[in-house]
Amino acid sequence: MSTRVGVVVFPGTNCEHDVATALERAGAAASLVWHTEERLEGFDAVVLPGGFAHGDYLRPGAIARFSPVMGAVALFASGGGPVLGICNGFQVLTEVGLLPGALVKNRGLRFLCAPTRLRVASARSVLTGGVEPGAELQIPVNHFSGSYVCDGRTLAQLRDTDSVVLRYVENPNGSIDDIAGITNAQGNVVGLMPHPERASDHLLGSTDGLLLLRSMVAAAAGVRAA
Amino acid sequence: MRFAARVDVRLRPGIADPEGATIARALPALGFDDVREMQVGRCFRFEIDAVDEAVARQRAGALAQRLLANPVIEQSELELTALAPAGGRP
Repeated sequence: MSTRVGVVVFPGTNCEHDVATALERAGAAASLVWHTEERLEGFDAVVLPGGFAHGDYLRPGAIARFSPVMGAVALFASGGGPVLGICNGFQVLTEVGLLPGALVKNRGLRFLCAPTRLRVASARSVLTGGVEPGAELQIPVNHFSGSYVCDGRTLAQLRDTDSVVLRYVENPNGSIDDIAGITNAQGNVVGLMPHPERASDHLLGSTDGLLLLRSMVAAAAGVRAA
Repeated sequence: MRFAARVDVRLRPGIADPEGATIARALPALGFDDVREMQVGRCFRFEIDAVDEAVARQRAGALAQRLLANPVIEQSELELTALAPAGGRP
């Protein structure tokens, strides 16, 4: 049976179908999960896709944090299940405290929609376990609030624990330390601003996103087998 | 009792404020070259029912901390004013 991935949909999420299609291409069976669900049993991994959850009112991710499904996501993460937040999903994961730091408005105050080059900084996460550190990937970003910030102590901790998983080769948004993606201490919760699902077909100009999604699907299968 | 609450949310010192910087850059062209330290934040106004001011302060403060501000990047300040009872009865 293939690996089952739940793709969480908040009101205002808009990347769920792209993510589900890319996950299936990466070998998983994806199902959409409405944000009022309070249980995530039966899934091997959970993805919070991009968009504008709850309209991004107040701050991106601020209201989504109180959606009923987030209790289940926290429980799933604490049990070691792979949880991936893409773009708005990353913002939600920081707001809910599953990942440290915050995403603020881009340096230059421009909405950015462009391919970016990323360097894999660590393979110590479910998303990057299948790629070599140092490898360069081309994956697009699409955000207004994508500039990662955290205090000095958190940044030192991220570096010391090898928790920065992806860095921009050319920093597009002012993120501290060129950070494009981070993971938690266990490596099972990952957030990134670039959209791997938008680099999942030759027609899209890159298939590098599939390398990341395949890593996560493989990690999810491993957790289920364990 | 009912209180009027005002929560002022602004970025913590050291967190880049690109909106404030953009406004600051535009000011000299408008003749406001005497303005310093421009910061952009948000202000929330609401009313809250509580038995006394201490409880209102505690509840409104919790709301500011848990939702209105993200303590990772923002700080908040709360102002409370007791409102006269509805209808103006003594």
